[in-house]
Parts: sequence; structure tokens; C-alpha cells
Amino acid sequence: MGSDYDISDDDADYYDDEEMMDGTQDDEEGDDDTESADDMDYGDDFKVSTKAKRKPYEVEYESLSQQAVEKLMQRDVDHICGIFGVEPDTASLLLRHSKWNKEKLIENYMDNANSVLVAAGVTLPEPAETSARTHNITSSSQQQSSASRRPATRGSKLLGLASSSKSGVKSPSPPKALSRTPSRKTDEPFVCTICFNDAPDLQTLALDCEHMFCTDCWTDYVMAKVRDESEHSIRCMAEGCALVAPDQFVRTILLAPAGPDTSEEEQAAKEKTWDRLQELFVRHFVACNTNLKFCPYPSCTNTVSCPSAASKSSLTTVVPIVSCGARGIGAQDSASSMSSSQQFVNGLGLKGKEHKFCFGCPIESDHRPVICSVAKMWMKKCRDDSETANWIKSNTKECSQCQSTIEKNGGCNHMTCKKCKHEFCWVCMGPWSEHGTAWYSCNRYDEKTGVDARDAQSKSRASLERYLHYYNRWANHEQSAKLALDLYAKTEKKMEEMQITSALTWIEVQFMKKAVEEVDKCRMTLKWTYAMAYYLAKGNEKDLFEDNQRDLEKAVEDLSELLESPIEAENIPTLRQQVTNKTVYVQKRNEIVLEDTAVGFLEGRWKWNVSVEGFDAPEEA
Amino acid sequence: MASISSRRLAKELREIQSEGCPVGISLLEANDFAKWLFTIEVMGDSVYQGEVYTLQFRFDSHYPISSPAVQFVVTDGKEAPIHPHVYSNGHICASILGNEWSPVLSVIAVCVTLQSMLASCKKKERPTDNDRYVRNAPENPKKTLFHYDGEHYNFKSTYLQD
Ligand SMILES: [Zn+2]
Ligand SMILES: [Zn+2]
Ligand SMILES: [Zn+2]
Ligand SMILES: [Zn+2]
Ligand SMILES: [Zn+2]
Ligand SMILES: [Zn+2]
Repeated sequence: MGSDYDISDDDADYYDDEEMMDGTQDDEEGDDDTESADDMDYGDDFKVSTKAKRKPYEVEYESLSQQAVEKLMQRDVDHICGIFGVEPDTASLLLRHSKWNKEKLIENYMDNANSVLVAAGVTLPEPAETSARTHNITSSSQQQSSASRRPATRGSKLLGLASSSKSGVKSPSPPKALSRTPSRKTDEPFVCTICFNDAPDLQTLALDCEHMFCTDCWTDYVMAKVRDESEHSIRCMAEGCALVAPDQFVRTILLAPAGPDTSEEEQAAKEKTWDRLQELFVRHFVACNTNLKFCPYPSCTNTVSCPSAASKSSLTTVVPIVSCGARGIGAQDSASSMSSSQQFVNGLGLKGKEHKFCFGCPIESDHRPVICSVAKMWMKKCRDDSETANWIKSNTKECSQCQSTIEKNGGCNHMTCKKCKHEFCWVCMGPWSEHGTAWYSCNRYDEKTGVDARDAQSKSRASLERYLHYYNRWANHEQSAKLALDLYAKTEKKMEEMQITSALTWIEVQFMKKAVEEVDKCRMTLKWTYAMAYYLAKGNEKDLFEDNQRDLEKAVEDLSELLESPIEAENIPTLRQQVTNKTVYVQKRNEIVLEDTAVGFLEGRWKWNVSVEGFDAPEEA
Repeated sequence: MASISSRRLAKELREIQSEGCPVGISLLEANDFAKWLFTIEVMGDSVYQGEVYTLQFRFDSHYPISSPAVQFVVTDGKEAPIHPHVYSNGHICASILGNEWSPVLSVIAVCVTLQSMLASCKKKERPTDNDRYVRNAPENPKKTLFHYDGEHYNFKSTYLQD
């Protein structure tokens, strides 16, 4: 279904890759929507104490470390071992193949254990089945003949074991020594058919299929699969052989004690590959479980569990913004080498940021208050129209009164032309004097322009203008937040200096930090309110939404402006008082926007001007 | 330590030179262990009667653990055969080049498989999504993860024999 190819791109989403790989391997299940473990019980070990009071715009979730997820996997493996009476390695292969859907696995296994074992690559198919397939009939190579010489009892032996209820030491295959003898003919020297090494002391390995290759080739192969292809299912190297290497086999290859000619780097690379494989197992488990999502931040291995946002329908009422609990990117982010101001700016900027992401969609930032499907629609619109909107990202504009070039170098949108002293709004270019009044409507798009449009050309111009109105404000909040952070780095330095030259204490110069943080947060809210307003249907509800948006925007701009006022030691106490007051107010306005929008979703109050899945169709055509 | 890929390719080349290629396949160029060219032709009755195509193999240092990048040459007036699994830019959708690649397969085995793929074709047709694919395709076909449809290509394939 869908397209029959995908282009793998180095930037491509990790999950896509994994899904594709799983997809190509999977023979039986076409149903991707199978919810494998909705009823999953995490037990008490991983329960994080639920927050005392959850705001309407917050979602309940818990963060799990890689080890915690491994424990969940182990629980399923033990469960299957107990029921089927198989070794843990076999249970793991079965569970991975059935996408961790225990119920379905048990059902299929009870129905026909042998076919499940064959499909999962645990055992070889019956010889009869092999020849029934159109499969290398002409080939007379060693591999083929040994494969078809498999004893017919293999499958049935396993069936016998399946009735035993005790898990544990029992091996699903006959003793190795016995099964291995025929593969190496003593009169012929062994040659690895991959590398053509025929050294007499060559180390070799084979799965139960007895397709024997040298250990070096196996090692290269496993490393390539895991490291380069991010593949966790390691199939036998022989052509057409579907046997999958059990964990113990891979472990032997990667973690066996180093021989005399293994260099330290090689050994380290193997250990790293083993660790990566464990991560891939966890990623696969998480991807199979709709209640779980892997943290998308680079080199983070945490998982978030959020059952309340697991279903598609829940995403019409909640915006499941979660955090894995970690901060920063990778190990290089060690704080020790940074000054405190660097740490802070990085903390606000990208590097030390909390791992916040949306559980419901691939957007890797907090897109509250707008729901996933509308946020995605907006992102797509912006991507499609990126050229038209490019000019907006520019940091310079012309003064509408004297035409001299004005550069924006802070977050504040209240601009004053250096030359003619004209005060205007950076976003709408209108005079600033109107912005402070009750008639402030910089955030609102005047829909009348569109209504007046008669012919196609003016209609399309009106629709572009409408889009640019929202896009302009959307992009501006992002840009302003960034510029404010840059500017703050300078301010903070100045305040640190003042701490030395004046009698101020460390605590007294910290008030700016909280304010900058709050402005950053609110600008993100504001940014997404424009995506929401673009799609909101005209009417009372939209008006109220835009009232709240306006109040927040005005509060943010006021605080922003205050943060850029010149700082001298004498004015600090007054400034501190003002900034603190305004910060509290901004926080309150932000709460109102988030809360009211979230409650609106729960009440089904929001109507759209386009069709959105899970909502009523828009009224006007 | 000579890399496995060059040792293995040297071995394959020696074999080709001493035993020759199967009927309808011939080595056109193998100046190094990075790129080889073959001509390929379907023998006997087929929709490709009398047509000769050029097949290009590119190898990285992980060959044969990683599959070669295989495609039909479509430059210098050469064209890719019209086939439901061959795109007009020469890229081929065949499981043997993707998830069913096995390190025991050889260059000749791939040639023979693709020859059989052409031989069994009843109707000359491009893949239905040809235009869309070709417009966005990466230069290297290995960067495409093809999803194989129902019919798998388990044609006669030759193993690399000692
Ligand atoms: Zn080898
Ligand atoms: Zn095998
Ligand atoms: Zn994380
Ligand atoms: Zn989302
Ligand atoms: Zn001016
Ligand atoms: Zn304005």
C-alpha cells in the first residue's frame, strides 16, 4: 500500500527508517495499526508520583530510562517463556517478530507453533516446504544441500516443548555438537565463501542452519547491520536463509574476550555496537507500542509513556507536550567547562534545553496551544510557501516615514527610527502610538480585504496577504525570542560586572533571568496562536481567542521593552520591581491563553475554516 | 591487511577471466575495485530480443557485506530496459539488491538474476510511479529503500564457487 519506495535521506526521521526496515521484512502482518499493548501494565517500579494539580493544558506522562524499558521487555519475554516453554532468546525473537503483540503471538503460536517459529527465523522450514518454494533449484552448492538436509523433526521437537509450561534451561534445538558435524567435511579444507579465507586455524560460526562462515565475516556483517543499517534483526548471511541470530550468538561475536590480534579500538567498536543493538531493541519495542515514544533528541535514549495520548482521537482534544526529563545534547554538554552565564544562555538556547517534545506528532517543540493536526497543517503550509515568505526573515526594514534602513537587534517590536524618531511597530509597520490603546489590533487580520476581492487575481492576492499576516507574526515571535536571548547574553555580562562594582548581591541581579525565560516561553505560545488563528473559523470564539492573544502579546511586548532598557546600578531597584511585576502579569496572561484554548478543545468549542479530522466540516464551502 | 572487498573482488574477477561469463553477459570494464560495467542481453525468445543493456556495479569497502550499487547505464545514448521494475534513470527495484542481498552472492549472480528478471517479462512497461520516482531519486540507488511488491525475485542465481 502507499508508495512502493522511499528515499532514504541522511536527515530522515529515525522512525521512518525503522518502520521501513521492519516493513520489508515482515511477511505476515499488514496491519500497522495493531495496538500491541494498550493494556500494558507498568507495575509499580516505574510509576512516577503524579503531580498534585494538573493544568488543563498539561498531560499525564512518565519518563522511562532505557533500563526501565528493558525491564518491561524482559517482563514480556519471561511471560512468553513461561507459556511456550522456550528459552529467553527464542521468546525475544518471537516477540520482536510479532511486534511485541503478545496476545496475537500467543494466538498464532497456539494455532501453528511451527509456522510462527519459522516466520520469526527461529527454526528452518520443513524440507518439503523448502522445495515447494521456487528456490534455487539449480544450485548445487554446499549451503543449499545442507539446508535441505535438515532433519524433519526440528519443528515437531519444538512443538513438543511448547506443551511444557516451565521456562528456563531447555534448548529449543538439539545439542550443537551433533548438528554441526555434517557441515564441515573433514576431507575438504574449509573456505569461507565470503572472504575466501582458507587458513587452517580459521575460526568459524554458524547458526542452526549450519551455514558456516568465518568469525571475521560474521563480525563485519553484524557491525554493518547494526551500525550502518540500524537493523536489530540479524539474519543468516547465506542467500535465502531466513534464520535470525539469537542474542547469545550476536553476543558471542561482539563481546567474546578479545583475542591476541584484536586491537583495543576494534574491541571498543564491538562493545559500542552491542550497546547500539540494545538501544535498537528498545527503540523497536517502543515503536511497537502506541503508549510509548522514544525521545527524539540526539543521543538521548529515554522513553516517555503517555497512554492518554496514544489514540489518534485523543489528539483532537489534547496537545501532549512531554519531556523525557533530560537536558542538553550528548556528553559534550558537560557544564563544568562553561561559565555560569554561558550555561544560562545555553540553557535558554538550544544546547542545554530540556528535552521537550510532542508525544502526538513529529514536531520537536512545544506547539501548545494548537493541536497536532492543525500544527502539522500549518508547518506544511509554511514549507510549501517558504519562498513567498522568505523576505520576512530579514532583520532590516525601511522606516515608513524617512525610508532609512532600520536594523532589529533585540526582541522588542517597538521600533524608533534613529533618524526621524518615528515610532512604529516592527510587525505591522503601523505607528506604535495606536498599539498601546484599546483599539490595538496588530494581531488581527482584517478579513474585509478578502471579501471585497472579486476576480481570481485579487482573490489570490487577498489569500496571500491573509497568510502573510499570520506567517509574519508567527515568524517574528520566533525571531524575537532568538534576538532577545542574544541580547540577554550581553545584559547578563553587564550585570555580572555591576555585581562587582556596586553593592548588589548575586540574588539582586537574577531577576532578569526569570523574565527572559518567561518571555521566551510566551513567545512560543504566541507563535503557535498564529498558526491556530489562521485556521480558526470566523466568529465569536475566534474573537475571544484573539482577545486573549492580544492581551498576552501586549504584555510580552511591554516586558520585552523593559528588558532592553539601559541598566545602571542606580536604577536597578526600580527596574527590578517593574520587571518582576510584569513577569508575573505575563505569566498570568500565558496561563489564560493556554488554559482557555485547552478547555475549548475539551468542550469542542473551536471550529475551523478548513476540514480537520475529528472535527465538524467548516460551514462555508 | 588488504581489505576484504578488494580480495573478494580480485577473486571474482579472476574467476570471470578464467571461466568466462554466462551466455548473454560480458564484462565490459573492470579497471579497479570501485566500478565495473557489464553488458547484458536476454537470450532466446523475449520482449527484449536483440537489445543489449549496460549494467553498472559500484562497490564500497564493505562489499560483499554490503550490497553493490547496481543500475543500468543511461548516459552516452544508452537506455534502461523498459520493465515494470526498472526506472528510466536506470534504478532497479529488486529485492536481491536490497533486503535479500546476501554476502555469498556474487557480481555474476546479480547479473544472472537481473537477466532472468528481464527474460520473464511479458510486457514492456515502466513502473507506474516512474516519473515521480525519477524526479526525486537519489543519485545512488542504494539510498532508495524499495518496497517490493508481491512477486519476489527468486530466480536462478549462481553462487560464487571456489
Ligand atoms: Zn570470511
Ligand atoms: Zn543460514
Ligand atoms: Zn531526551
Ligand atoms: Zn503535536
Ligand atoms: Zn525614520
Ligand atoms: Zn503592529
